[in-house]
Amino acid sequence: MQKGTKMWFWLFVGPILFAFMVVQFIPAIMGIGYSFTSWNGIASKINYVGFDNYVRVFKDAEFFRAFWFTAKFAVVSIGTINLVGFLLALLVTSGLRGSNFLRGAFFIPNLIGGLILGFIWQFIFTKGFDAVGAKLGIEFLRGWLSTESTGFWGLVILMTWQMAGYMMIIYISGIQNIPDSILEAAAIDGASSLQVLKDITLPLVAPAFTVGVFLTLSNSFKLYDQNLSLTGGGPGNATQMMSMNIYNTAFGFSRFGLAQAKALIFLVVLAAVALTQIYLSKKKEVEM
Amino acid sequence: MVEKKTNKVLLGIIGILSAVIFLAPFYLVVVNSLKTQKGFLIDVIGLPGKYFTLNNYVESFIKLNFIRSATNSLFITVASITLIIVFASMAAWMLVRTKTNLSMFIFLMFSTAMLIPFQAVMLPLVRIMGKLNLLNPGGIIFMYLGFGAPLSVMLYHGFTKSVPVEIEEAAIIDGCNKFEVFWRVVFPLLKPITVTVSILNAMWIWNDFLLPQLVINRPQWQTIPLKMFYFFGQFSKRWDLGLAGLVIAMLPIIIFYLAMQKHIIKGVMQGSIK
Repeated sequence: MQKGTKMWFWLFVGPILFAFMVVQFIPAIMGIGYSFTSWNGIASKINYVGFDNYVRVFKDAEFFRAFWFTAKFAVVSIGTINLVGFLLALLVTSGLRGSNFLRGAFFIPNLIGGLILGFIWQFIFTKGFDAVGAKLGIEFLRGWLSTESTGFWGLVILMTWQMAGYMMIIYISGIQNIPDSILEAAAIDGASSLQVLKDITLPLVAPAFTVGVFLTLSNSFKLYDQNLSLTGGGPGNATQMMSMNIYNTAFGFSRFGLAQAKALIFLVVLAAVALTQIYLSKKKEVEM
Repeated sequence: MVEKKTNKVLLGIIGILSAVIFLAPFYLVVVNSLKTQKGFLIDVIGLPGKYFTLNNYVESFIKLNFIRSATNSLFITVASITLIIVFASMAAWMLVRTKTNLSMFIFLMFSTAMLIPFQAVMLPLVRIMGKLNLLNPGGIIFMYLGFGAPLSVMLYHGFTKSVPVEIEEAAIIDGCNKFEVFWRVVFPLLKPITVTVSILNAMWIWNDFLLPQLVINRPQWQTIPLKMFYFFGQFSKRWDLGLAGLVIAMLPIIIFYLAMQKHIIKGVMQGSIK
C-alpha cells in the first residue's frame, strides 16, 4: 500500500515538477554558478573568475543608469496606474449607464501584447502627437520619444493606458465587497460622497491596493517588450531599462557571465522590494 | 436632488471623455491603416476619404505570413495550455490530498518561484535547451509548462481544497484507482478554475515575446509577436503597412475578448488574488 501511494504521488506530481525543475530551478542554480565565470555564450570552455563580474557590475555606468531609469519609472508608473485604475473603478461602479461598455473599453489594452502596444504608441507619439502639435501650434507635442524625458513619459503613458484597466478590475472587486449595510448606515448619518470615499471605501479597499501595487511593481521592474518596441532604449541608451540592459549585455556584447551577475542582482532587488512592500502594506492594513 | 442630477451628468461626461481617450489610439491606428502612403503623409488625424485603400492589409497580411504565424501562435498556445491544465490539476489535487512534509515543501517551492523573474533564469535555460536540442516549438511548449506551473498549481490547489473528499471515497469503494478517481470524479468539478487557468495562461503565452525571441531561430516557427518585431525592423519607415499589420495582429485577441469577456474578467479577478 505504502509503495502504491508513493507511485501515484510521483505519477501525478512528477511531470509538472520535472518541467518546473528543468525550466526554472536548475537554470536558477546554474545561473548562480555562471555569474562567477567569463562565459561568453559560445565557447565551451568556461573560466572561473570569482567576483569579477559583480565588481564590474558596480563599475558599469550603463547598468546604473538603467537601474535608476527603471526605479524612477516604477515609482511614477505605480502611482499613475493605480490612481487611474482606482478612479476608473469608482467611475464604473457609480451606477452610470453604459458602465459595462466602459469597463470593456478600459480593459481591452491589457489583453494586447506589450510588443504590439509599444509599436502602436510609437506611432501615436511620433506621428499622432506631432500632427496635433503642428495643427494647433503646440510645440510641447512635437519630437516625442526623441529625448530621455519624452521617452520616459511615453513609457509611463503607455503602461498606464495598458494596465489601468487591469487594476480597475481588481479595485472593482474590492469596492463591490464593501457591505451594503455600511454604506446605508453612512447614508442615514448624512455622510457626503467624499467622506464615504475617505472613511469607508479607501480603508476597505486597502487589501486590493496591496495586490495592485505588488503587480504593477513587479511588472514595471521586469518590463522589456514595451521598452523594446516603444523606444528601443533610445535615444542612445537613455531609456534603456534593466531587462534590456541584461539582454544587451549577453546578446549584444557576448558577456553572458556579466549579464547573469546583473540578472541575479536584479532578482535580489526585485524580491527585496516586493517583500518589503507586502510587509509594509499588510502592517498598514491591520492598523487601519 | 438637483445636486445629485448634476453629479450624474458630470460623471457621464467624465465617462465618455475617458472612453474617448482610451480608445483614441485604436482609432488613429485603424484610420491610418486604411490610407495610402500619400494620404497618411498629408493628414494623420482625419478619416481616409479619397485616400482610402485596403492594399495595406493585403500587403502586410502576405508580408507577415499571417496564416503561418497565427497557426504557430495558436498551436503553441493551445498545446501549452492543454499540458498545463492536465499536469497542474493532477499535481495540485495530489498535493492537497497528500498531507506530508514533502507535498508542503513542493507547494512552497512553487509559491516561492513566483518571485523569480524570467531574466534571472533565461541565459542558463537557453543553454540547457540548446544542449537538449529543444530550441523548437516542442521545446517552447515544454518551457511554458514549466513557467506556467507555479501560478496554475497554486490556483488549482486553492480550488481543490474546497472539493469534498466524500465523493472521492465513494468512488474508491466502487473500485476506481487514483487515476480514474481524478479524471472521472474530481476533474469535472474543477471546471470553473480550469477556465480561469486557461485564460490567464492564454493571455501571456499568446502575447509572449522574449522567450520566443530567445528560443525560436527559424522563420517558419515564428509566432505573431516575433514576426511583428522583424516586420517592423524591415519596414520601419512604412507606417501604412505597419499599422495594417498591427490591426491584423490584434484582431484575434479582440475577437477572443468579445466572445469570452465575462470569463476573462472573472479570471483576472481570481488570478490577482493569489
